[in-house]
Amino acid sequence: MVQDLGLLKESASQTAGPYVHIGLTPNFSDIRGVYETDLGSGPLYNDGAKGERITITGRVFDGAGMPLRDALLEIWQADADGLYNSPSEHRGKADPNFAGWGRCPTNMDDGTFIFETIKPGKVPFIDGRPMAPHVTFWIVARGINIGLHTRMYFSDEEAANGADPILTRIEHKVRVPTLIGIRNGDIVTFNIHLQGERETIFFDS
Amino acid sequence: MKADPAEHGAFFQRDREWQPDAYTPWYKTSVLRSPQKALLSLNNTLSEISGPVFGHNILNELDNDLILNFAKPGEMPIGERIIVHGRVLDEAGRPVPGALLEFWQANAGGRYRHKKETYLAPLDPNFGGCGRTVTDADGRYVFRTIKPGPYPWPNGVNDWRPAHIHFSIFGHGFAQRLITQMYFEGDPLIWKCPIVRTISDEAAIRQLIAPLDMANTIPMDARAYKFDIVLRGRRSTLFENRLEGN
Repeated sequence: MVQDLGLLKESASQTAGPYVHIGLTPNFSDIRGVYETDLGSGPLYNDGAKGERITITGRVFDGAGMPLRDALLEIWQADADGLYNSPSEHRGKADPNFAGWGRCPTNMDDGTFIFETIKPGKVPFIDGRPMAPHVTFWIVARGINIGLHTRMYFSDEEAANGADPILTRIEHKVRVPTLIGIRNGDIVTFNIHLQGERETIFFDS
Repeated sequence: MKADPAEHGAFFQRDREWQPDAYTPWYKTSVLRSPQKALLSLNNTLSEISGPVFGHNILNELDNDLILNFAKPGEMPIGERIIVHGRVLDEAGRPVPGALLEFWQANAGGRYRHKKETYLAPLDPNFGGCGRTVTDADGRYVFRTIKPGPYPWPNGVNDWRPAHIHFSIFGHGFAQRLITQMYFEGDPLIWKCPIVRTISDEAAIRQLIAPLDMANTIPMDARAYKFDIVLRGRRSTLFENRLEGN
């Protein structure tokens, strides 16, 4: 026998289920008067925030090509200077007018999600090299047993994407486009495919 | 101001054998919603290590009281009055203070207040079914509610969910983000439930079952259930892995 490391096990995940809105966006599901607003709804920025205003929109598709109309997404990203609004950020103080976090249920009719945010700056990889600007996505829904983690990079950052420590290390290059949001003016379109030929790359982080 | 050094560490690798698989065909909806390709391993960067913080200032007085937060003045929902309490810890056993917990559930009859809900059990006009709180300096939380009822759901022709409360938890890093469900000691439906059974390890299932906690019961008022939640632990970087000149 040896000494016990004394570690605990992470609580097992369970699906968010079809009624996730009751807990996370009650106003969206017509439960009024409990919370003034749904946490994480609306733009991620205040008027004073630095950076380019963009809208990220898209849908989440299942293996039959149907958009999920009962999913919920959260995003987490750096500010325009590449700083996170988090106690773990020790390189400087992030823009106080930018939350960095947002939450959006997919539309119950057509499955779209929308985040009004700003274009993030670059954040360093573990070894100090810059990562290309990206937004972390977390997706939960009925039928998803454990939250899915992916990233959205930007189509207008070709050079930075070409040098990104994570994108450049992906063996199946043909899958890299699944991580790129297509920018058209201020709109960035990012569709997520849970399965199939265009299955989005999801991370075990 | 320098953050606590412990907040810089990457998280322990997630135990994917302990956690449920994505593809669990006995839970039918998972079949078309489960990624089929291998997840791409990603060493934690600041994007995963950092996370949003929610202060106690977002909370209203009744946010952790589901008995009163939707009830009409002077009225209360029908059902068994319970207290749910516990701690949020990480895998190293450290308390996680400032963790935002959001919870949601069906009413005492097993009916959710949701437009997609079709179960014939009635809504309770005094029960909304959502609440939230933030853990204190020791990682503790508490809320008061009505014990939810079990309910049938369309999967097999006769599948029933055990009574449960959904929990959404934010730790300090976005990679700790977790949604899970709390079950109640003694519920025979737990071991028959296809959603519970997406978890293959029995010990992992038992970890989601809250015991009756008579020591924290309020006599002549409400019983208590204790539910501790464990989030991923952080590596404590005893020696920094630094590059020359960094």
